Amino acid sequence: MSVAQATLTPPVTADDHLLGPDNAAVTLVEYGDYECSHCGRAHAIVHEVLRHREGQVRFGFRHFPLARSHPHAKQAAAAAEAAAAQSQFWAMHERLFTHQDRLDEASLIAHAAAIGLAADQFAQDLGHETTAERVQADFLSGVRSGVNGTPTFFINDRRHDAAWDVASLLAAIDAAS
Amino acid sequence: MTNANQPASSANGTASTTALAAGTAAPDFTLNSTLDKPLALSEYRGRPVILAFYPADWSPTCGDQLALYNEVLPEFQRHDARLIGISVDGKWCHKAYAEARNFRFPLLADFEPKGEIARTYGVYHAKNGTSERALFVIDGDGVIRWGYVAPAGVNPGADGILTALEALPVAAGARS
Repeated sequence: MSVAQATLTPPVTADDHLLGPDNAAVTLVEYGDYECSHCGRAHAIVHEVLRHREGQVRFGFRHFPLARSHPHAKQAAAAAEAAAAQSQFWAMHERLFTHQDRLDEASLIAHAAAIGLAADQFAQDLGHETTAERVQADFLSGVRSGVNGTPTFFINDRRHDAAWDVASLLAAIDAAS
Repeated sequence: MTNANQPASSANGTASTTALAAGTAAPDFTLNSTLDKPLALSEYRGRPVILAFYPADWSPTCGDQLALYNEVLPEFQRHDARLIGISVDGKWCHKAYAEARNFRFPLLADFEPKGEIARTYGVYHAKNGTSERALFVIDGDGVIRWGYVAPAGVNPGADGILTALEALPVAAGARS
């Protein structure tokens, strides 16, 4: 048994939140938490990595809220899912990672308004059981996949155990291409 | 999964020469803990136990590992398993650490004689003066069923523990 060979379980499906071409040579998946400061740093790094390898990398994001450390993390993840119900997952994702100090419920509603979501629908989806279930399903898939903290990256379904600065991620992506 | 009577595996595929192997009776011990009283391993007999040796309180990697296990506790509890963290730190250090991180499982102080339990389990790192980062899953009869020693600096995650718990036969009388 080798825990180090952790594999993305389940692999990426159409239900994932994905950016970039479906036929990209490399798929980069991040398990992250909107209240985690390391994930905030990783967010800017992922942007840069995707810019450097535009068209070559598909990026997917799954929720891994560490709720006992981060009291707003689950609700923030739910906000991203509620935005996804209005086809605005990535707009909310961007908003949350650039406003990590404003993740209480009133702020989440303000973020929804700022990106143009229908307020009533957002509020309803934010509190809906299926939204929380989706976040929990992501979390459990992360546990199964060997996520060991946030952020954890997978490159073509294999856990990336090395550093996740821009140069290290680019090198790992190029090696997997 | 480690086969019975083989030493606990390490991530590079080479067997740790010292860690107690699957199939071995888990040595009992009683240590000071973050509970109000000392805790004996044998108190948990009848239930699976996850024994998580880690090098030190407050170090970033350990924090991530234990914070992760804190979140995954409901999954461990579905197997009726109890989680115990154990390091060479003292009881008061453990108390401050557990309170700061809101841990919902006990931390045990392998403090005096230092690292004695880690040595007994074959996972003491003499040069560092701490234990290795080592996981053991012990069944309700007190037998080690799975062991893993992580390479330096690598947080092993929880998937190996869950796989080992799922492989345990369901004990008679275990709660669902």
